Amino acid sequence: MAPELLQRVRDAVAPLVERFDLSHGMPVLTVAPGRLLETVRRLKEDLRFDLFLDVTAVDWPGEEQRFEVVYHFYSTQHRVRLRVKTRVAEGEPLVDSLVPLYGSAGYTERECHDMFGIGFRGNPDLRPVLLYEGFVGHPLRKDYPKDREQPLVPTRTREGQL
Amino acid sequence: MDSRPIPSGRSAAFEYISTRKDELVGWARKFSLFPYPFVTACCAMEFMAVSATPYDTDRFGAALPRFSPRQSDLLMVVGTITHKQAPVLRKVYEQMCEPKWVMAFGACAVSGGFYQNYATLQGIDQIIPVDIYIPGCPPRPETVIDGIMKLQDRIARSKHVILTKDF
Ligand code: SF4
Repeated sequence: MAPELLQRVRDAVAPLVERFDLSHGMPVLTVAPGRLLETVRRLKEDLRFDLFLDVTAVDWPGEEQRFEVVYHFYSTQHRVRLRVKTRVAEGEPLVDSLVPLYGSAGYTERECHDMFGIGFRGNPDLRPVLLYEGFVGHPLRKDYPKDREQPLVPTRTREGQL
Repeated sequence: MDSRPIPSGRSAAFEYISTRKDELVGWARKFSLFPYPFVTACCAMEFMAVSATPYDTDRFGAALPRFSPRQSDLLMVVGTITHKQAPVLRKVYEQMCEPKWVMAFGACAVSGGFYQNYATLQGIDQIIPVDIYIPGCPPRPETVIDGIMKLQDRIARSKHVILTKDF
């Protein structure tokens, strides 16, 4: 990332973020959940990070703020990427939805809700997208047993095999 | 061409054949397999290779895919089946008319392959009966052809319930 742009990003978000790091040259912003929406709005409107790439989560079992929700953005104007992270607790894994800013966030937030059980306040449609209705639990959480299956079709019995 | 009538008392060669009814029906059926390709994952690449010219399953009478289960008699399950897809596979199988055969194509369809997690059905034989298992990830075309030929042998040798006392 060009040094001038990096400085602009740093200045614009400095009052909002908790940490500002560089990972392989890419800015990594750590923000409190309450300031997520405002930070991303600035990134989008002032700094032209106009493409929402993905949202996912990282499960850190045993830690107080168990889930780290991770966003990636891209600027089609500057051609650079940027990462935003925020931590939420197991008891209330809830962040603000980015749907008001990026329509494409709707589906990836649904997926993140499927896989990690993160709630997105303001997302109008959090029905399962990769999972199915009736699936219990969140399979990418570390405490989901890795081979627990939840079949929809009953398994054939020995008599059925004849 | 000689169009003179055959002199009475003699018959032309091959005017009659003698066979068992089961063998006749089995022979007809084994060369008219209409596959329904239920293709879900990377094995599809190998399925295309084996259907296309260099390997050409048409030589075995098993190349013309029907995209309606009601017109097909060989269900080829090619690729990973997830629990979410399992009801669809089951429905497709139920829609096929008898006689029908099922081929599990590739390690995933046979056993779940290297996936053992929340998403993957551990082998399609957990929900529908399977007639022929083709190993490999993905199987070589030769393995698939071997599987088709083994299935054909089996069709030729089996009892065909179409045969009643009147036929
Ligand atoms: S058996 Fe291998 S090639 Fe075939 S669908 Fe499974 S992973 Fe893909």
